Amino acid sequence: MKHLLSAADLERSEAIEILDTAAQMAATQSREIKKLPTLRGRTVVNLFFEDSTRTRISFETAAKRLSADVINFSAKGSSVSKGESLKDTALTLQAMGADAVVIRHQSSGAPHTLAHAGWTSGAVINAGDGTHQHPTQALLDAFTIRRHLVGDGGRADVTGRDLAGLHVAIIGDVLHSRVARSNVQLLQTLGARVTLVAPPTLVPVGVGSWGADVSYHLDEVLTEGRPDAVMMLRVQRERMSMAGGGFFPSPLEYTRGYGLDARRLATLPDHTIVMHPGPMNRGLEISADAADSPRAVIVEQVSNGVAVRMAVLYLLLAGETTNTKAVGE
Amino acid sequence: MTTTSYLLRSVAPLGGEPVDVLVADGVIAAIGSDAATRATADVTVVEGAGLVLLPGLVDLHTHLREPGREDAETVLSGTRAAALGGFTAVHAMANTTPVQDSAGVVEQVWRLGHDAGWVDVHPVGAVSVGLAGEHLAELGAMAASAAQVRVFSDDGKCVHDPVLMRRALEYVKAFDGVVAQHAQEPRLTENAQMHEGVVSGEIGLAGWPSVAEEAIIARDVLLAEHVGSRLHVCHVSTAGSVEIVRWAKSRGIDVTAEVTPHHLALTDELARGYDPVFKVNPPLRTAADVEAVRAGLADGTIDIVATDHAPHPREDKDCEWSAAAFGMTGLETALSVVQEAMVDTGRMSWADVARVLSSAPAAIGRVGDHGRPLMVGEPANLTLVDPAARWVVVPHEQATASDNSPFAGREMHGRVVATFLRGRATVLGGLAQDDADGSHRATGRTETR
Amino acid sequence: MSSGTGAPADGTHDETLVLGVPEISRALTRIAHEVLERNHGATDVVLLGIPTRGLPLARRLATRLAEVEPVLDVDSLLGSLDVTMYRDDLAHHPTRTIGATHLPPGGIDGKIVVLVDDVLYSGRTIRAALDAISDLGRPRGVQLAVLVDRGHRELPIRPDYVGKNLPTAAAERVRVLLEEIDGRDAVLIEGAVL
Repeated sequence: MKHLLSAADLERSEAIEILDTAAQMAATQSREIKKLPTLRGRTVVNLFFEDSTRTRISFETAAKRLSADVINFSAKGSSVSKGESLKDTALTLQAMGADAVVIRHQSSGAPHTLAHAGWTSGAVINAGDGTHQHPTQALLDAFTIRRHLVGDGGRADVTGRDLAGLHVAIIGDVLHSRVARSNVQLLQTLGARVTLVAPPTLVPVGVGSWGADVSYHLDEVLTEGRPDAVMMLRVQRERMSMAGGGFFPSPLEYTRGYGLDARRLATLPDHTIVMHPGPMNRGLEISADAADSPRAVIVEQVSNGVAVRMAVLYLLLAGETTNTKAVGE
Repeated sequence: MTTTSYLLRSVAPLGGEPVDVLVADGVIAAIGSDAATRATADVTVVEGAGLVLLPGLVDLHTHLREPGREDAETVLSGTRAAALGGFTAVHAMANTTPVQDSAGVVEQVWRLGHDAGWVDVHPVGAVSVGLAGEHLAELGAMAASAAQVRVFSDDGKCVHDPVLMRRALEYVKAFDGVVAQHAQEPRLTENAQMHEGVVSGEIGLAGWPSVAEEAIIARDVLLAEHVGSRLHVCHVSTAGSVEIVRWAKSRGIDVTAEVTPHHLALTDELARGYDPVFKVNPPLRTAADVEAVRAGLADGTIDIVATDHAPHPREDKDCEWSAAAFGMTGLETALSVVQEAMVDTGRMSWADVARVLSSAPAAIGRVGDHGRPLMVGEPANLTLVDPAARWVVVPHEQATASDNSPFAGREMHGRVVATFLRGRATVLGGLAQDDADGSHRATGRTETR
Repeated sequence: MSSGTGAPADGTHDETLVLGVPEISRALTRIAHEVLERNHGATDVVLLGIPTRGLPLARRLATRLAEVEPVLDVDSLLGSLDVTMYRDDLAHHPTRTIGATHLPPGGIDGKIVVLVDDVLYSGRTIRAALDAISDLGRPRGVQLAVLVDRGHRELPIRPDYVGKNLPTAAAERVRVLLEEIDGRDAVLIEGAVL
């Protein structure tokens, strides 16, 4: 595996390898000494064209725990962030010797372009591109689901296990969500069944080819579908206005139809976990009751994120790469 | 000054029986056995066995970028590329800087084409001032100018205001003009990047739904019917658009339609690699749409092929998709694409190719001296093509100043061997006949209408 | 250092059986007694097996210790120590799978840690193990038990308990097969390919 650009690129065995490695990384993070020497001497660049303190800190923590050097580059994309700056930025980083570039960009496909244009020879990790993919988010979501629902809350060893037989409901703005796209692909690769729930305006044309069920009726999916995990997606208030596309008439109507509140929470099976990629709009797509309930694993998702990102960095950088092939091999 | 004459030996006019053709004094001087006998001693012989003779190709839709974007193309480089592609006349779209919305600017472009001498350049006049879609431009002045504009288009943008479209359709009747619409409902395609479908949903690029094209075409054909005007639809790309045009023609509405070579050959699957060379407006569509436009071209619903040659400098394509400009080059690859998609598959004959790439566009543009029959006495605006030739597209080796060809690295079917503009070879042996300054001094551009 | 994959001989290599079932068993029994003798019992002893084949060897040692001194409980003695993340040669090999690190319930602080591995060669694996241990806690002492010492040390590392000293040429390959992983017990030397 040279890059991590999309969940669609991961075979089942590769995905499980990442989750198993993440489990070992997670084990090291509960020790007093959390740092490992594994990536000493490697340089990881965080190239964030979109604001995201949480994801950037997660990747930075992951790299530092593996003793890699971290360079943070953040470029606000408020002006037209033309490709010239992506290319020139990449060339500059290459000159600085980046072994890996973690990139978050507002344009779908920018990580793909970066990985294939020949501007950098390092590994490229997609930390979120436009509305396209956020593969490490899906991986940490899968890791969290596996730990709780296959691993009996962390009590059982789940090495080598997938998510076969589980039903995951993903609820919210699917149309604009890279988290949804990555999760639909990865969950299905790992054998889970996925149901998408959204108002019709927030479901993309062509979703029928994704393999997931689609429903406009949240209550029905919760009570009859009996999902094992419920994943709430962030809904942006700006999308309500006509200037933002006019996707739904008011926040209240959205919450009434698609918000997770205490009442809906109570209809779920006892073991069902509640997830959210963050940041949450408390009161819009998820109520405080739901976010703070014991079944919510939202905070754990964040810590699992560090372990998963450590695993990805390890698997991409630690082994033999074209840069490090020993002389004579 | 002596003018060269050419004896084209054993060429197949419109793919028919091989015959000799004598080109002299700017016209087709003889066809058949007396071509050789009437040739003078200093005639240039072109061995044409296996070659197909067509009337010189006429492009109703091309972007020469000058004035304003000479970093992408100039009238000189663009027309030279056109000649290599077998064209003898091109219509240069109006979205230049300044916009071609006045007699002054269209005359400037006309003169640049004349001085370059590679093809006859017919500037297209903007429908609205500055392409802003608010006020009618001085269509009459442009029609009366030295450029004799007959085709008007805001291409690049849609004339979306129905009242403005109605006025334009009515107004051009006075001078036998035609409005060429770039059909794209702007509100349905805000920030759109590619065709809205399965692929766009998966790869996370904002979609450009087919209905945004079809809804405008449906409105425009009804408007044209209502006011009794002729309408031309640019770059038809969807199956639904073909159906609407077909329906309109069946009602007797005076509408013509064009399709680009890239819409005859390429689908939206190519966007998966996020290579902006495949980013174009209207976008590449599905395989079903490609089949529908091919069928429409074959059965005459779509009247012509027009290149929509859209050169862009490297900075505008060497970047992430959403930052890239829309457009593909096409003058030098158009004929090969049409041959591969339509002739080699048996759906069209060379006579049909002559119709869709020469006589029909000339008729729509009211260009009197191009697209003429291959008969003695007609102006010698000719294209000679070798259908058996195979060549690979290397973008930076093309004559166009820009590299954004979607066919890079692809093996093309058929190659233009020679192009004649009023009896002078602009291209011979597949090579442009450059003068020292890169232009081609074709003498005697007569203003014919 | 972990030996090769333990795949059955394919006939192209010149293979010699150096230790068979009884020899391996006797060696482990002897080592168990030596551990008890050296450490005056096993009250504070922890056996950490280095994956892959160090694990079953450590378990066998723990079982023998418990047989000799019944107060000992095998699961309290036993743990695993994956050293992958501390290796200095990661970049020269394809990506390695990370194994599990489990410490016994009593931890390792203040204990005598006996590292258990199948083959001792350059010493780099043990160097990595020492770094891993120092991040996990502070044992009172660290000792090393190996089934085979094949020489060619590149670092100042020496074993405390050795099943068999096996001088080898660098071109030769030592393969340890264990019942728990490979279906049989054997220590083989493979010569260079003919």
